[in-house]
Amino acid sequence: MQHTVTIEDTGERYACAGEESLLAAMARLGRRGIPVGCRGGGCGVCKVEILSGEFGSRAMSRDHVDDADRAAGRLLACRVYPASDMSLKVVGKLQKSVCGAVRPVSSVTPPVTR
Amino acid sequence: MAMTGVLRPGHAQVRVLDLEESVRFYRDVLGLVETGRDAQGRVYFKCWDERDHHSYVIRESDRAGIDFLGFRVLDKANLDRLEAGLKAYGIATERIPAGEMLETGERVRFTLPSGHAIELYAEKTKVGNGIPLINPAPWSLQREHGIGPVRLDHALLYGPNVAEVQKIFTEVLGFYLVERVLTPDGNANAAIWLSCGQKVHDIAFAEYPEPGKLHHCSFLMESWEQVLRAGDIMSMNTVPVDIGPTRHGVTRGCTIYAWDPSGNRFETFFGGHLPYPDYETMTWTFDNFGQGLDYPQRKLHETFLTVVS
Ligand code: FES
Repeated sequence: MQHTVTIEDTGERYACAGEESLLAAMARLGRRGIPVGCRGGGCGVCKVEILSGEFGSRAMSRDHVDDADRAAGRLLACRVYPASDMSLKVVGKLQKSVCGAVRPVSSVTPPVTR
Repeated sequence: MAMTGVLRPGHAQVRVLDLEESVRFYRDVLGLVETGRDAQGRVYFKCWDERDHHSYVIRESDRAGIDFLGFRVLDKANLDRLEAGLKAYGIATERIPAGEMLETGERVRFTLPSGHAIELYAEKTKVGNGIPLINPAPWSLQREHGIGPVRLDHALLYGPNVAEVQKIFTEVLGFYLVERVLTPDGNANAAIWLSCGQKVHDIAFAEYPEPGKLHHCSFLMESWEQVLRAGDIMSMNTVPVDIGPTRHGVTRGCTIYAWDPSGNRFETFFGGHLPYPDYETMTWTFDNFGQGLDYPQRKLHETFLTVVS
């Protein structure tokens, strides 16, 4: 089943099937710089903060996700599988590449034409 | 005999997040031979053509990465000599009793200034490669399972104080520097490739702020065609591939980098030039690091520098 994932930082939305990780589907946005690393929960480059939604997750390295992270919903996107529509914020290395490329929707001003 | 001290990297112990998923990966996709399990729950593997009981050990943990890398030395006299050398150099060593690791003799363990635990050992049971020593066939059916590398070849480790690490390997352990990549200012080494025999490298290090990190363990293939076949098998099994198939400028080896199910990178590697200890070191400037990593594409893949476990 397809769910809609919203990246709150940029307002972008993407579809993610329940058996697909949040990272794999995000990578299909085709945006340069989305840090697709190990895809196994070991390297920590794909960290997100989950703001809402139901999900399942698989094992991820405590080097990158400690108890405080877990409690705050800061998880590795390559190990999280949506069970409903979700919204998330990108953090760490992911934030730089996702937010560096596109400004937040709220700050986009209409182009000036002359 | 020319090689009388450290002979080769003989075992790596790597942490995985899900043991049975990882066993299936290493046994059935990479095609290692499972040789045992111990009371601690560790699972032991060897490559089909290796003769010693194991070269790659996995253990379930809540974090990925490498526990230690062990080097086989010629004999016990050399083990004692090398340990004395480390102590004289000012490095604390610890003896781990025989049998702590299956079929393995006493190990000398020490920690590098890069944060990595390194071991030396002189004894491990020779279980053979399934081929008789009298009139041996060139390969056995064990080769035909999964990717099927012939041996654990080397590892690349990331951590701080690479200059200090280089001194320990060259001044105490008898390695020599085969190749290096300079830092952007040209005043130090960003990465080093060290050999203890005539392989293009037995271990490599790159400067990195976090200590004790694993970049990859590398497995030797017999041909470029076998590297391509490894890529086919990775894709058939949706193994996440990092870089390749391509050829490194550094070492001239052919490569694929990919990740195990816990995010530990591994390499299927073939070739490389054959250095001698008297050869001068080859140097790459930082602006040519891209060619060093991926010679045809001349590309310094970002993941090479930033993704470790
Ligand atoms: S990509 Fe490595 S932890 Fe997600």
